[in-house]
Amino acid sequence: MIDIIARRADTAAAGSASFPAELEDEAIYILRETAAQFERPAILFSGGKDSIVITHLAVRAFAPAKAPFSLLHVDTGHNFPETLVYRDSMVRDLGLNLIVRYVQDSIDRGRVREETGKYASRNALQTVTLLDAIEELKFDACIGGARRDEEKARAKERVFSVRNEFGQWDAQRQRPELFDMYNGRIAPGENVRVFPISNWTELDVWNYIREQKIALPSIYFAHDRDVFDRDGLVWADSPHINKVPGELPYRARVRFRTVGDMTCTAAVLSEADTLDTVIDEIRTAEISERGARIDDKRSEAAMEKRKRDGYF
Amino acid sequence: MDILRIATAGSVDDGKSTLIGRLLYETRSVPRDKLEAIDAASKRRGVDFLDLSLLTDGLIAEREQGITIDVAHVYFSTPGRKYIIADTPGHFEYTRNMVTGASKASVSIILIDARNGIVEQTARHYAIASMLRIPKVIVCVNKMDLAGYDQSRFDAIVAQFLGQFDTVKPAAQQLHFLPASSLHGENITMRSQHMPWYSGPTLLDMLETAEAHHQRVFAARMQVQTVIRPRTEALHDYRGYAGRIASGAFSTGDAVHVLPNERASRITVIERFGQPVACAEAGDSVTLQLADDIDISRGALLTAAGQQPPARKELRARLCWLDHAPMENGKTYVLQHGVNRVRAKIAPIESVIDVATQQLTDAPAQLKLNEIGMAVLRLAQPVFADAYVDNPANGAFILIDEWSNTTAGVGFVEAS
Repeated sequence: MIDIIARRADTAAAGSASFPAELEDEAIYILRETAAQFERPAILFSGGKDSIVITHLAVRAFAPAKAPFSLLHVDTGHNFPETLVYRDSMVRDLGLNLIVRYVQDSIDRGRVREETGKYASRNALQTVTLLDAIEELKFDACIGGARRDEEKARAKERVFSVRNEFGQWDAQRQRPELFDMYNGRIAPGENVRVFPISNWTELDVWNYIREQKIALPSIYFAHDRDVFDRDGLVWADSPHINKVPGELPYRARVRFRTVGDMTCTAAVLSEADTLDTVIDEIRTAEISERGARIDDKRSEAAMEKRKRDGYF
Repeated sequence: MDILRIATAGSVDDGKSTLIGRLLYETRSVPRDKLEAIDAASKRRGVDFLDLSLLTDGLIAEREQGITIDVAHVYFSTPGRKYIIADTPGHFEYTRNMVTGASKASVSIILIDARNGIVEQTARHYAIASMLRIPKVIVCVNKMDLAGYDQSRFDAIVAQFLGQFDTVKPAAQQLHFLPASSLHGENITMRSQHMPWYSGPTLLDMLETAEAHHQRVFAARMQVQTVIRPRTEALHDYRGYAGRIASGAFSTGDAVHVLPNERASRITVIERFGQPVACAEAGDSVTLQLADDIDISRGALLTAAGQQPPARKELRARLCWLDHAPMENGKTYVLQHGVNRVRAKIAPIESVIDVATQQLTDAPAQLKLNEIGMAVLRLAQPVFADAYVDNPANGAFILIDEWSNTTAGVGFVEAS
């Protein structure tokens, strides 16, 4: 049991209800640097709230001109259907260019092998599909919505993060980033991952979504769904997850805090069906955002290992 | 709501990770599952308290060595302010990371172990904070619990610090001293019961009142990142100069001077993401439109009329070297000032400075990793930089190695 000591009364409410405008200024500066320093930049679009916010920022950064980025979506085939509906309507509304590459194609071509067993997931497989797509489409910069508050390895990654031709991140050989001078010079074959919202927290993202009235996929809000329990977490029942005997689906009111694919994203029991109630819930939450991501739990240093392999 | 950026520095065992863990914990910035994880990890390691240092110790190599190896970013907030801590390692070979982490900071926290007093690291950290002109430095004399909460011990450290670093301290720097125990949470966010002789503010109180926007008082400067041209029928003549204001402020109607064009014009429209605004200030990303048709491209500098910086074809700078390959006399690098890149030749390195002792060695052949020196640089095209002391936001640059493309050094322009 953790002993929670007394704290000052004025820090009782964790987090703030307002969005620090400086974070948007910084993100837009980074997006403009990315457009200026690279030949073929793209936004890695997952359908999650962070990549939705990135896309929204990109549109604002270049207004009234069009954002000079394509969107690349690596489709695991295990997406929440709501995410795909949202993706297609967003791309149509904003007039952006969407490119989709499929993990299933990588499997069919023998580039990767499907995992088996109770925890089978395509989360690790999508790295290969992503790296193949970057090479095929000759992207020199890929913009992602990763945030440093999500996980300890991400806390140490640069805003412009150079990847070698194998897509690998090397924590020991990162370029120093001083003031706001970003160095995106790369050799042929290398590319850069760009993280414009590195300094945002989960709460910042939600406050920004509320301030900007950004629409989100419906799964971020409380809804009734067939779920089952595993490892103390609640999972959406789907044909993509291999349930074992005893894992019985039942109906519950849930929402998702983070949206990966259905095999690695757990739900939280929730009645929060509006932005205001979701934000209230996050401010008082007792579990961190990635606590509901089984992909991080495979080992204590799971994220750092995956980044070295070329994952986001 | 604003953001305060903090740089922390300390030797390996000064308790820096514990201090940061304490700030997070007492501002309720740690979710329960993370607390439970560090509680379990604390027990595994056989410590009988919640080891808050585990909140920030991240990478695999670090856990193996038990030290922090790179700049880590840590976030917490209070009802009025968001805080970003750039936590940088303290040991000798990582001066590079400390300069990197501290470059954006408005406040530097330097930790001293009350039992050990001022050590060489302290001198190094303070010299770097002073070189970077960080406006506020808080010297936290930590582990007071292990020094018997002794006022005379604290006073002796303060007196020695002031005497030893009298010549290093910039006149405008606010310097504070704080007796604390981060292990027991004393004078971090709550007052200590054991040090009634200290009547000053707690660490959090100092942070809550620190100035976060010191660039606003300097002359107005904005570099153009990109020119926005929609090329549509309706916006056929639209030309917007997109950039982030580095210092000062611009208002609609202001007379401006454009460099390197050396042309005068006037701001007709300031837009923030498509919406017109009357004025904007340091830190704001904007798109400006001008009254005159001037050929402006990326890297151009817009300044308040009559306050433009000089064109520098040659400059003297203080440099901190960040790369394993040393800086060589006569070698050419790419100099990046803001977003603007020019080629620069090192001609010559004048001296190397021992940061801890401030001793100079004249005319070295090289500047090696983690060394700080003075050099003259000759540039292929002029840059429009201020001296770093006059306007930090327009007075620093990085040097990029042309072959490895790495960021090899950072420079601070000296007054000419």
